Amino acid sequence: MAATDALTTSPDAADAPLVVGGITLASRLVVGTGKYATSAEMARCLDVSGTDCVTVAVRRERLVNAAGENILDHLDATRYALLPNTAGCYSADDAVRVARLGRALLRDLGTATSEWVKLEVLGDTKTLLPDPVGTLEATERLVADGFTVLVYTSDDPVVAKRLKSLGAASVMPAGSPIGSGQGVLNPNNLRICLEYLKDGDPSYPVIVDAGVGTASDVALAMELGADGVLLNTAIAHAQDPIRMAAAMRDACRAGRLAHLAGRIPRRLYATASSPDDGRIVRHG
Amino acid sequence: MTDSSPAETVTVVVNGSPRPAAAGSSLEHLVATLGFSGRPIAVELDGEVVPRPALATRRLAGGERIEIVTFVGGG
Repeated sequence: MAATDALTTSPDAADAPLVVGGITLASRLVVGTGKYATSAEMARCLDVSGTDCVTVAVRRERLVNAAGENILDHLDATRYALLPNTAGCYSADDAVRVARLGRALLRDLGTATSEWVKLEVLGDTKTLLPDPVGTLEATERLVADGFTVLVYTSDDPVVAKRLKSLGAASVMPAGSPIGSGQGVLNPNNLRICLEYLKDGDPSYPVIVDAGVGTASDVALAMELGADGVLLNTAIAHAQDPIRMAAAMRDACRAGRLAHLAGRIPRRLYATASSPDDGRIVRHG
Repeated sequence: MTDSSPAETVTVVVNGSPRPAAAGSSLEHLVATLGFSGRPIAVELDGEVVPRPALATRRLAGGERIEIVTFVGGG
């Protein structure tokens, strides 16, 4: 019956939406707001991507030219769930501090996601790989402080499991280093992360965060069973960011549908698509 | 000194830079002086977030380290 339903309704309608920390997201793409040439281009890319959840960073206000524009002048906080990050933090202490400032900003705005944080505790400036010890410590402290923690981590399945057990609302393994455009370097680790994190808890949200270079990277992550993909540079620094935003939107949907549809197994040898019977010629 | 004397000027550190402030003046006054009234900001005083409604009641004595932050583009 389910199959008949799927044939008579939109293929997307058969999919349950992504829910993170009790909030339902219409799109499975989370898009960053950094590195765009202009604020107008950012706004257009977000619109085209179909996302309804965007990351922002917390930084010092400029004390000169303070009347200048703010990113919130270009971001409708009622349309997009704002997800403040702790980018640039290299210790649990710093990340907790920045998370609390982000929360204060969100609370003033009165957003539904006011307790959300994208936690990053970085190990070094060259790789921007996460520091697993600091990430675990900060996750524990932020969860205790009432945060909904979406945590950037490596694709290490053991660390991923530990982060979930500490109460992270979403574990977000990296496909490859931030901004590197290398895509999903280790699909097998990602498979194991997904298996571990969803064991007995299939709706637990796992979002692949970082490393996306192009649309096929998003499709692959989604085909593997990720619940969503978070990306920024791949759109912002594409030759044509708006067109790439559309590509990412379609790749995310295509990858999700392919995951739900269930791919055929890989085989070494061919299997003919046309029938053997009724051929007018014989061979072999 | 009489009551009408101007308040003593002290130094606070705002976003890493020293800045004069009137002793006993409020954080809200500092925020207004900097042009951030009504703007999306969060304020931290010596490492603790001060919720916006509390800015008016937090007085500066001098030597405080203050961070005033906002959202910017990021991934």
